[in-house]
Amino acid sequence: MNTSFMKRTLTAVVATGALALGMGAAQAEDVKVGFVYVGPIGDHGWSYRHDIGRQAIEKELGDAASTSYVESVPEGADAERVIRQMAQTGHNLIFTTSFGYMNPTEKVAKQFPNVKFEHATGYKRADNLSTYAARFYQGRYVAGVIAGKMTKSNTIGYVGSFPIPEVVRGINAFMLGAWSVNPDVKVKIVWANTWYDPGKEGDAAKALIDQGADIMVQHTDSPAPLQVAENRGVLGFGQASDMIKFAPKAQLTAIVDNWDKYYVERAKAVADGTWESIDTWGGIDSGMVEMAPYTNMPDDVKALAEEVEAKISSGELHPFTGPIYDQAGELRIKEGEMAEDGMLLGMDWYIKGIDAELPK
Amino acid sequence: MIRLEPRRSHSQAMVYLSPVLAIVMTLVVGGVIFAFMGKNPLEALYTFFILPISNSYGVSELLVKATPLVIIAIGLAMGFRANVWNIGAEGQLTMGAIFGGGLALYFYDSQSVFLLPAMLVFGAIGGAFWGAIPALLRTRFNANEILTSLMLTYVATLFLSYLVHGPWRNPEGFNFPESRPFPDAGLLPIIYDGTRVHLGTAIAVLVVIAGWLLLSKSLIGFQLRVVGKAPQAARHVGFRQKRMIWFTLLLGGGLSGLAGLFEVAGPIGQLQPSISPGYGFTAIIVAFLGRLHPVGILFGGLIMALTYLGGELAQITLGLPNAVTGLFQGILLFFLLACDVLTKYRIRFGSIAAKGRTA
Repeated sequence: MNTSFMKRTLTAVVATGALALGMGAAQAEDVKVGFVYVGPIGDHGWSYRHDIGRQAIEKELGDAASTSYVESVPEGADAERVIRQMAQTGHNLIFTTSFGYMNPTEKVAKQFPNVKFEHATGYKRADNLSTYAARFYQGRYVAGVIAGKMTKSNTIGYVGSFPIPEVVRGINAFMLGAWSVNPDVKVKIVWANTWYDPGKEGDAAKALIDQGADIMVQHTDSPAPLQVAENRGVLGFGQASDMIKFAPKAQLTAIVDNWDKYYVERAKAVADGTWESIDTWGGIDSGMVEMAPYTNMPDDVKALAEEVEAKISSGELHPFTGPIYDQAGELRIKEGEMAEDGMLLGMDWYIKGIDAELPK
Repeated sequence: MIRLEPRRSHSQAMVYLSPVLAIVMTLVVGGVIFAFMGKNPLEALYTFFILPISNSYGVSELLVKATPLVIIAIGLAMGFRANVWNIGAEGQLTMGAIFGGGLALYFYDSQSVFLLPAMLVFGAIGGAFWGAIPALLRTRFNANEILTSLMLTYVATLFLSYLVHGPWRNPEGFNFPESRPFPDAGLLPIIYDGTRVHLGTAIAVLVVIAGWLLLSKSLIGFQLRVVGKAPQAARHVGFRQKRMIWFTLLLGGGLSGLAGLFEVAGPIGQLQPSISPGYGFTAIIVAFLGRLHPVGILFGGLIMALTYLGGELAQITLGLPNAVTGLFQGILLFFLLACDVLTKYRIRFGSIAAKGRTA
């Protein structure tokens, strides 16, 4: 036992791949999985859902796996040290769960070729570095359909975090969904410039409701905007996790991040030696994007939402199906064509009809 | 009633002993807290304070983490001694990173050996410029520099956010908010191979020495101390308070800007929306932990850096929550202030007779 540990440490240090392979084949390796979170696990949103995924590994793999995590790791110079410490303390699979960890993850991955790394929402890959993300825009399209049906003032309030492609894509998908059932819908957008700041997020929601919004959408991680909606008697959508307990009368549904299945699969792959570097972008069909129960809406709207969800899941409906024009009137997606992933990943333009300017 | 009564004379030894005492008491209380959390206190304390620096890589990371804290705290301490309360080091750090980093981005394909020195100068100028605004507002309009410097922090952070989301965004970065990576000529050389210890760490040591010389050997250092301790007397002998305000805010800003540049040209290597986990604010604690003395600050910075590293390891190996780091820092500051108070004052349980004695 002791010598095998020493050997493993040695292999990590001198990085002799051959020896490591030989050992891997000899016996199924114990999986030690590390997670790096950008927020506190109690954010009830992004980091919380990743931590649920971590717990799923413990539950599914039992004694064959152990997990650990570091929360609230700033996306600066500190990330590299934390990731490295995990690699050094015997973790053989490390999930870094925020875009800002991309470069440090790549750096550490180079130094530890025998450790597997998985980076969420980034685009840099290597033989021991996978990337994964979820097609949340599919869920936002469904939310848009519901909002289009439910709004009375035809004004949607949208709390954005940062104008990165992920968020811009979400706004576009949401509005395409809304317009598919109600062409008069308008959206007002406030950028909170934060992923997690309940005070700021709540203030943004209040300002939007004061401007006549009767549906609140958020792309920030705390339940604050939804709570404001609940207090003000308007409707809204949960973010990242089912937030019904924060807003039992306001939440229509929530776009839930479900990493459980993916994390369990990847941990098992390391355990049986079949792990390979891949790029995953999972949608509703993969279970990575989940819709929380449809509540606080009439049955016909609920039926419509379920239908749209099913169609997206089966591939019958792609939210970004042409013709789609940008604000300048340029045709971006041709009639009958679907947006390619590359275009979606780099989306930095609003579709025609959104009455706002994208911060540049 | 409990009252505090100033001691007529206080022990000079206690002034320097109180941080040590505070650390010891923090360890004891920390151990008790760990025990309550169901962890072996000795193992937890070992993980928190020894394990992070039990190998050379850990020590190197400690130096990397302490570098910005020490550099900023030394600048701030000069001001604090003269009663100039610069709370906006975080913003000055950010502006330094923007000024110096901007230069690296403008010459992104440069291989010139002059790029890095120019970046250092620009970084210091950027920070000093951001410190000059509160100085101007204070000396011209008597606006409180605590408020103005703090508010300018948010301006600087949002300005950086605007730049990396907009004009300085990496054209090859899929529209994600980050700049191009700096060219090699714009990165700080690594002092020890295989670590992240960079030139900035060496400069931090020079800053400590220069700060000490400035404070103890120069006229302006003497003036700083007098202005802070006896403003009336200082005015009487003709020390100009306005000059002190300008000097300390420019110096504090310049050093903070330099620290910011070291972060982006060192471990980070590019501009991105968040470049500092609040070094500018933590440095305030470091300055006081170090008794506003450059050598003390060096130790204070190392101890504060250690609590971060220990907090990370405690999470990884013991499954303790991140809040433990903040808890330790809070307890440490609490005991430090408590020791200070008890060094300078004695507690009186106030009967009227006791009151009479103080008069």
